[in-house]
Parts: sequence; C-alpha cells; structure tokens
Amino acid sequence: MSTLVSVRVRVNGEEYELEVEPRLLLVHALRDKLGLTGTHVGCDTSNCGACTVHLNGRAVKSCTVLAVQADGAEITTIEGMAHGGELHPLQEAFWNDHGLQCGYCTPGMIMAAAGLLADNPNPTEEEVRHGLEGNLCRCTGYHNIVRAVLDAAKVKGASIPATASEQEGVTA
Amino acid sequence: MSATATNGAKHVGQALRRKEDPRMITGRGRYIDDISVPGTLWMALVRSPEAHARITSIDTSGAAARDDVVAVFTADDLAGDFAGPMPMVWAPPGVEIKTPENWPLKRGEVKCVGDPVAVVVGTDRYSVSDAAEQVLVEYESLPVVVDPEKALEDGAPLVWEQFGTNRTHEFKLAGGDIDAALAEADVVIEQRLVNHRTAGAAMEPRGVLVDPHADNFTVYSSTQIPHIARFVLSLVVGIPEDRLRIIAPDVGGGFGSKLQVYGEEALVLALARRLGRPVKWIESRSENMIAAHHGRDQINYVTLGAKRDGTLTGCRARIIADLGAYQLLLTPFIPELGFPVMGGCYKFPAIDLAFEGVFTNKFCTDAIRGAGRPEATYWIELAMDKLAAALEMDPLELRRKNFVGKDEFPYTTPLGISYDSGDYDGTLDRLLERFDLDAFRREQAELRERGVHRGVGFSTWVEVCGLAPSRAVGPQGVGLQAAFWESAKVRVHPTGTATVFTGTSPHGQGLDTSFAQIAADRLGIDPQQVEVIHGDTDQGPWGWDTYGSRSLAVGGEAVARAAEKVQDKAKRICAALLEAAPEDVELVDGKYQVRGSPDKFKTLAEISGAAHIPPQELPTDIELGLEETHIYDPENFVFPFGAHACVVDVDAETGKVVVVRYVAVDDCGPAINPMLIDGQIHGGIAHAIGQALYEQVVYDSEGQLVTGTFVDYALPTAAELPSFETDRTVTPSPVNSLGVKGIGEAGTIAATPAVTAAVLDALAPLGVEWVDMPLTPRRVWEAIQSAKGGVAA
Repeated sequence: MSTLVSVRVRVNGEEYELEVEPRLLLVHALRDKLGLTGTHVGCDTSNCGACTVHLNGRAVKSCTVLAVQADGAEITTIEGMAHGGELHPLQEAFWNDHGLQCGYCTPGMIMAAAGLLADNPNPTEEEVRHGLEGNLCRCTGYHNIVRAVLDAAKVKGASIPATASEQEGVTA
Repeated sequence: MSATATNGAKHVGQALRRKEDPRMITGRGRYIDDISVPGTLWMALVRSPEAHARITSIDTSGAAARDDVVAVFTADDLAGDFAGPMPMVWAPPGVEIKTPENWPLKRGEVKCVGDPVAVVVGTDRYSVSDAAEQVLVEYESLPVVVDPEKALEDGAPLVWEQFGTNRTHEFKLAGGDIDAALAEADVVIEQRLVNHRTAGAAMEPRGVLVDPHADNFTVYSSTQIPHIARFVLSLVVGIPEDRLRIIAPDVGGGFGSKLQVYGEEALVLALARRLGRPVKWIESRSENMIAAHHGRDQINYVTLGAKRDGTLTGCRARIIADLGAYQLLLTPFIPELGFPVMGGCYKFPAIDLAFEGVFTNKFCTDAIRGAGRPEATYWIELAMDKLAAALEMDPLELRRKNFVGKDEFPYTTPLGISYDSGDYDGTLDRLLERFDLDAFRREQAELRERGVHRGVGFSTWVEVCGLAPSRAVGPQGVGLQAAFWESAKVRVHPTGTATVFTGTSPHGQGLDTSFAQIAADRLGIDPQQVEVIHGDTDQGPWGWDTYGSRSLAVGGEAVARAAEKVQDKAKRICAALLEAAPEDVELVDGKYQVRGSPDKFKTLAEISGAAHIPPQELPTDIELGLEETHIYDPENFVFPFGAHACVVDVDAETGKVVVVRYVAVDDCGPAINPMLIDGQIHGGIAHAIGQALYEQVVYDSEGQLVTGTFVDYALPTAAELPSFETDRTVTPSPVNSLGVKGIGEAGTIAATPAVTAAVLDALAPLGVEWVDMPLTPRRVWEAIQSAKGGVAA
C-alpha cells in the first residue's frame, strides 16, 4: 500500500477531507469513503457512464478521475440533485416518463443529461441522443430516457447550476 | 370466480408512475455493492488466460505473503468445502446429456479462458486484485476447438476427453410426416442461419456478499433467482436451507445472465463459512464478459415446404447449439426452450426438429432474454421470407394464408403444444394501418433512383412464455428438475394498508407497481397503500423467481387470487359487522357495501381493524387476522404475439446500416400498466437491434475472448437507435383470470428477423440474398461486393 494523500472536496455542498491512496478512483472515494452509493460502476473502460457526476460544473465519468485529481473541486452527485424535498426536473421527468427500469444506469444518465442541458438547454431529439451516447442503458432502449430529457428541458431550472452554492441560491 | 368480473378495474389498466422510482432517481437504490457489513473481506479470482490447458503448478506464496491478504486457496485447498458440483437441471426422459463435473474452482485442467483456478481473500477491493495477479500459475496448452461444427467432426480436439466426443446430446421432436410433407411440396427452400453468441450485459455486473452469523448465512446476491439459489447453494455448499437466507437487493438488470447459480456464489458462501467473516465479491465488467453466461450461439439448418398456392406443408430444422465448456443450470435446455413456437404463427401440418449440443472451449451459454425463442423466430421468419421469394408471393400474403386463424384457438401444433389465444391478422392489420406499405414502396423506389438503399422487414411473431405448468415442464414432462408454480401472500395490516409478498424476483420490470395495482383493485384500497416485497427467502412463501416472462402471467395471477381470498373474507367480516348476508356485500370503489344500500358500508381499514381486534358482534367462527396465501400453477403457457416492421437505410459504400423507423404492434392481453408494457417492448427491441447490427461475443481461433469489454462488445447507444412506435391489440388469454401474457422478452424475440429482412430488402437491387448477423458494416459491405462479383467475400 502506498502513502496516503490528503484531498479536500466539496460534495453536494458539504466539505470533506479524505486520506486516500493516490490510485483511488473518484467513484470509489464517493462510494466507499463518503457512502454516496448512488453513483454506480458498470464497466472498467469508461464506456457505460453509470459513474457520471459533476466536477466543477462539468459532467465527468468518475471512474476516469483519480480522487487526488479532484482535490479542491466542487462535486455534485445524484444525491445532490433534489433540494428541499423537491426533485430536480430531470428526476421528475425520468419518473413521469418511465425513463428507468432497473435503475442502475439512471444516476449517471440523469447527471449526463443535466450536463447536456447545461450546454444546450433546448436540444432536439437527435442532440439528446448524441449527447447521451457516452451512457449505456440495457433496459429502456433509450426511448423514454430521451423523452424524459426532452420533457425536462421544457421545465425551468432543468440545466443544473455549476456549483452547489449556486444551487443553494436557486432553491433559496 | 372471475377476477375481472367482480372487480371494477380502477387501478389496473392505468399508466401509474412506478413505486420503485423515487429511490432510484435520487441515488438511494440499494444494489449489491451498496451494501456493507463491518469486517467484510474481499474476494478476487485468479482466472485462466488459457482456453484449454493442463495446470502444471500454482504458486500462491507471493500473494499469501502480503499483509493485506488473509488467505489464498486453490481447488485442492477447498476440496472439502463443497458437498457437490454446480448442478445442471435438465434430465429429459430417455435422453443422455453429457455433463462434466463443474466445480467452483478448477482442478487439473481449464476448459476456457476465465476458468477460475485460485481465489484470494483480503482486506480491500484494490489489494485483492493486486494479489490475484501475484498468484503464479503454469499451464501446458492443449488443443482448442471453438467452432461448433468443426467440434463435431471426427478428429476434432476434445473438450472433455472422457466423453470421446464433443456432442453433448441429441434431442428430437416430430409431429406429422415430414418426409411426405416435403415430398408433396411444390417448392422447398433451405437456408443455413446463424444466431451468433451474445452477452446479457446487464449494466450492473454480478456480485455476492455473504454475512455469516454462527451457523446461519445471509447471502446477498445480484440474482434473478433467490429461491432457486438457496436450493442450489444448499446442495453445493452443504448448508441446510433453513440456515440460508438469500436476498436479491435492487438488481441492476438481469436479461437472463442472472438466471443462474454461479460458482462464484458458492465460493463466497464457502469462504464466509470457512473464515467466519463476511466476504464480498464484485466482478469487473471484463469478468462479466468472460464468466457470466452468454446466450444464443446456434447454427440453424432450416427447410420449409409449400404448395404452389402458398399452403405450407412442412418445417424441418436441425439446430446445432454451441454450449461452451460446461453445463450450467439450464445450458443444454435453452435451444429446446424454443421448440413450442418452432413453426411460428403458421399452420404447418408437419414439424421435425433435431437438436445437437456441442462442447467448445468457450464459456457456457444459457438463458439470455428470449432464450431459444429469439433464435426460433429469427429462422422461421427469414425462412418464410425466402419461401415467399421462391413462390414469387408477397411475404405478408404468405404469412396471412398460413396464420392460425382467430377462430382456431386453442390451436394444437403438430408437436402437441396448445396455443391459448391469438389474432395474428389483427396485429398485422393494425401494423399496416400505422405503416403504409404502399406509400413506403413508392418512397423506396424514389430513393433508389437517388441511390439511397432503404428497406423494410417484417416479423409476425409468436412467443411461448409464462413458465408455467409444473407437470408439463417438470421431471415427468419436459424434464426440468423443478416446478414453475408461483406464490403470493397478501397481508392486510390492522390499519388497512397491505403488504404483498411475491415469490417472483423482479429486477427492473416494475412489479412493485403492477402487482400493487392488481392487489389494490381487489382489496379496495389505493396502490400507494400496497407494499410489494420480493427477493428475500426469509419473507413470504417459497417461489420460483423471475425469468421467461412468467412474473405477471404466473406471479401476478397468484397475487390476484390471494387478494380475492382476502376480499372474500373481508366481505364475510363486513357482513357480520353490518348484519347482512355475505353474498349481499359488494366491493364498489373502495367500499364494502350492502347491495342496494350503498350508504351501509365499511372500508378495508374498518374491516381489518375488526379482523385484528374483534368486536363482540364478530362471530367466533371467523378466523382472526386478514392474510391469505395462494399458490398458482397454471394449466398452460401463454402465447403473446405481434407484428413488427423495421425500416433501415444501408450505405452501400460503407455497409453501414441505420434503423430509421421501427413500428411494433404487440398483444399481451389486457394491460395492467400500459406504460410498463411499452417500456418492456422498447428495451426488447433495442436488445434485438443490438444483436442484429452490433453485438457479438467473439472468440478467436485460440479461444481468446476478443470482446472482453464494452470497448469491443458494442452495445447500442441512444445515438444508434430511433424512437420506437408502439401499439397494441388486446386478445385475452383464457389461461389466467387476468387474461395476461408475458411481455418482457417479446421485443427481443420479434425484432432480429425484422432488422435482417429490412437490410436484405434494401440490398435486393444489388443482388444481395443473404448476410448473417451481426450486420456490421464490414459484413454488409462484403456481401455487396460479393454480389457484384467482386472478391471481397
């Protein structure tokens, strides 16, 4: 085992200081060190996107980021998407439109969709399909996922704010 | 009593949002790797890089010397930890199936890449992976065979020396006189088809956590079959069933790949017992690709005969199934599972089927979504198209001429299978209402003028599902050493809410919601007041789990019947409380009321309160409490059906295929929740498009797995697929009171021939007559070059 390294991160608005192995993946830091198990692991090759989170406002695959690379970063996971008992418009749309079945890809899919809407608040169906091509789903055939993202885009506030502090501003 | 007649369906039929979703969309689902138990050790496997080899030495000293490793074991070390090998459960009367002993760790020889030869247990996830790489195994390579047809040739390398052959078994089924049928045919077509090997590729890989406490063991497993797993693990690991509790937590998809009891599950359990500590194993995706069972992998030789007017005379198929290196739970049975619908929706007077299983140095095949029926539909539908071409008939006209008619049900096939109900013309009519074929042909002709190759393919499919009649499928029937009834327990609590325990084990199908809808209507409460519990062998009665599109048609019917028993008792209690005759009490819109006096009523909460804390007026001959169980064993399978159309564009320069439109009309009887049906259809179609165009498990000639990750195994993404157009007709099944048929596998069963036929239709002007799946750009381009008389193929 190698020397541990200190990492400070702000996750879903809360500060954490972690001692991690330099090789620890961000996804395992979130899951195993912080207990935020909503972020999933579905492959070893950054293909499936189940581990997608927001790092300093950008959707990233947290299996492709070392925890040490996230030092000083602001991170939002699926657990940070609902505020004050209110679901995020994407969460609501996934629920309304049956955008999930087994639910395993769902957190990553929602985080990727939020990143997509942040870049492009009014996407076409084709833009949604291409925007989500880094996230795999085996259950839904993507039909209702795409519908959910298009429906969420019609709702104010669907594009996630870049940081949790801004999020607090939105919900305040 | 008919359920539909006595219950105004208030919630059944509604597109209710899922009860499962709030936890899953907020990151609070609980999948296997989300569960932690203090003091847990991690397990990692040392897997063979050789496809066929003798193990000459295993040196575990480097791994064992690590501080973070607790133990390293080989098969010899664990020889006393298992009571028996992993079982295969198909024993058809009079047929020998060669079944080598299959132990969780391999001793002596390995038979495919990924075979586990040693196991490392340590203190954390990362270090056991490192340690596994420090176990040094030496192998002496043996000859490898990967092609099932070559494996059947004389002199082929033998996967299992002791059998003297790679042929695992032969199984024959026939009805009618096939020789006479083909002799009297005016036109006979023959076609070789390949249903290539695919992966289940559930997004959540497999995982197991065993928590021992004294002599009891809680096994958390990402499985579709907790009840069957308890039974099997009890036999393999030698722990009485009463000491084993299997919990399937939220399961991140199965698609058949978790309809298995894996050696890894037995290993984790045995290690937790041996070490007296919790042990966890979470596989990587590359392990999943190499060691979770694959599906399909058949070669089909099909012969169809017809009279000049298109009347079918006979259907013959020889099916060669590549089973891989071992026999898992249902490995040799999966090809045969398609037999009830080999003949499709058509009236063949004679059907003749011959199955052969083959060992190869690859991992095992077993059930993957559809399991035997997608393969069957693929060859039937494409052979029908080829027959139509030979007859110079429209392929849909040929189908219609030979459909089992709406009035001919129940229809008994030459193989003795009774199709329950159907309206095959009805789904095709509806499809053609939504898909204007004449307009398409005009558009197609215009596009061809401009060099655009657009084509349409059709599939009129029928499925057998709802496993199902225990005596037909069990030891004296088809020969599975199992039964397929299903259980439900409905418990009404003193305050009037209810819990439904089901023996099925859903993993994405939405049964928490649809079963709540079924129970709510029968109890007179809201679905939000019904909690559905599944996937825990310590809760609720024994059941037979989830696969084969059985959960609704068998498990849902059990829920309906158990809830009706509760309703009957509630009426009796209500009658006593209201001083009315039980037969005068009716359930109307949540009120148990006296017929003709709607102001005299009790709610379920009031009745349940009285059932639990009896008032004086409640007669003592009414048993207290309000809870009923029903075990339902259907009298037949159910046979959903439908008609699909797929439109593709093929780029003749590159061979690339794009699905531009997909229209599906399906019939699974009355909808419990139409939104869930559409979702199942979407996913099934996508799965089949994946098989038809992109996905293939590839081993090279040395038995090395080429498609070991999602980089090489091409699952379709959102960008490759269109939105799907779905519609339904409603033909109830007479088999169950709900009238329902399964729908979880339908899209997968229906779609591969439609996609392939569409590509063949697009390329017909170029002279392309055949391309085997997956229809990758290279294969399609080669077929085009070959048709041009080029040299590519």
